[in-house]
Amino acid sequence: MNDNRTIALVAGVLALLTVATVVGQFLKRHPDRGLDPAAIRTFNNRLRGWWILCTVLAAAFWLGTTATVVLFGLVSFWALREFITLTPTRKGDHRALFWVFFLFTPLHYVLVGLNRYDIFSVFLPVYATLFVLARVAFAGDYKRFLERTAKIQAGLVVCVYCLSFAPALLQIPIEGTANADRSGNFRLLFFLILLVQFADCMQYVWSRMLGQRLVASAVSSNRTWEGLLGSATSTALLAAALWWAAPPFQLWQATLAGLVIAVMGFAGGMTMSAIKRDRGVKDYGTLVVGHGGVLDRIDSMCFAAPVFYHITLLVTGVKPG
Amino acid sequence: MSATAVEDAPMLSPADITETQPPPTRAGSSRSPFCRAAGLSLAALARLLSGASVRWIASQPDTCQRVYFANHTSHLDALVVWSSLPQSIREVTRPVAAKDYWSRGFVRRWLAEEVFDAILIDRTDIKVHQSPVDMMLREAGHSHSLIVFPEGGRSVTGEIGEFKSGLYYLAKKRPDIELIPVHIDNLNRVLPRGEFLPVPLLSCISFGPPLWLERGEAKLDFLARARRAVLALKE
Repeated sequence: MNDNRTIALVAGVLALLTVATVVGQFLKRHPDRGLDPAAIRTFNNRLRGWWILCTVLAAAFWLGTTATVVLFGLVSFWALREFITLTPTRKGDHRALFWVFFLFTPLHYVLVGLNRYDIFSVFLPVYATLFVLARVAFAGDYKRFLERTAKIQAGLVVCVYCLSFAPALLQIPIEGTANADRSGNFRLLFFLILLVQFADCMQYVWSRMLGQRLVASAVSSNRTWEGLLGSATSTALLAAALWWAAPPFQLWQATLAGLVIAVMGFAGGMTMSAIKRDRGVKDYGTLVVGHGGVLDRIDSMCFAAPVFYHITLLVTGVKPG
Repeated sequence: MSATAVEDAPMLSPADITETQPPPTRAGSSRSPFCRAAGLSLAALARLLSGASVRWIASQPDTCQRVYFANHTSHLDALVVWSSLPQSIREVTRPVAAKDYWSRGFVRRWLAEEVFDAILIDRTDIKVHQSPVDMMLREAGHSHSLIVFPEGGRSVTGEIGEFKSGLYYLAKKRPDIELIPVHIDNLNRVLPRGEFLPVPLLSCISFGPPLWLERGEAKLDFLARARRAVLALKE
């Protein structure tokens, strides 16, 4: 991974994070600037999260494709844990859940790692679904049958299936790049992660600055149409500015991809908010106190990853697998 | 609060005095390094698998002699409560567990005897002169804490059942011991009654503020109060 574009990307990210950290610490030391101290704290917390995220990603990328697939597999597993913990299940679901956690989730990631698109694209949505339906039926508890099986299926699709399209990006052959170390693919994956995070952030910023019309006040009290528009525009602009880092894209394709990522990320956040509201909780987990759960961090990613994967397939014109 | 000798306990009935024996000399430190290492790794594994987040609500971890009493929903309860205590406290804390479950098979017996240093109670054969409470107190001596499940068995519905009177007699015979309510949330979904394969959901263990038996408090009032203390930790 020692080509110029990768070096430029890494240097750019490092510079940005360093500048942001310096600014954050400066604002923390000088609280008399008329800025909301709570907002500064949120900003600094978020920054710490990004440092951790970038470090973990850099380590996984350096170790290679397999390590990255395993990393995403672990994240999926933990997110599914949070999802199923929050959704009420009955005792009749126990055996089905056991296989979902210990067979279907790991096996799906093995298939992703082996680049078997022909199997992994249907493994969870078709075969895991059929299995869960049948296994719950065999357990003999028919109370709210469709509701229960739908919950397990939704968890699997969002937390495992959708997220796995992010590491699957590493397997797409890209013309014109040094395929030996797949540095182009890693840049593509980082492009996606960066844009998703940026869109989340911009949504928050634009909603705070100009937010007037809530999308659905009962679901989320801070997601506005202005936030969505602002985030889509800013993310598209950032994508355009970074188009050189994402190998298969031309300028207009990268811009469009940025727009789609922002919209999908917003949709993911809304969806998870709706589930959380229904269950009456604020965050999904208590992994780190005050930081929400893993699922709170990856909800936008889960929605954006499959769409970005298929856009990349369209652009490159490769037949997957 | 100093550790009062059992003989000096003010509310001791004459029948109990004949039961008192010198405290056992066997302490956690006499365990072999292998068993201690097994205990450490098992505690880490249990915390990872049960995803337990531990909360101390108006309460602090302490090595003073205590009785942790918890609701009982799963076979994993004793293990998870034990492993959610800090290591220094784990060393002096012994779970009280059912002999009919924990002495079956080599692995369970080894775990119970060597790793958790559990006190095994025979639920099927309770004798008048060898009551479980006396045995617990004798085994605990004046340094060990206990983990007990006052419902006496795992709840079927997930609701917390009525407490058996053992906790009251523990409190009455040793009024100096702090009673710490513990609430175990979600573990019955990790390993429900009648299942042997766990589902790795996230559970939550909450430790509450200590309580003691009030002077002249009736048995049923005390047991109801203790049960409410556990329920209160549910939020």
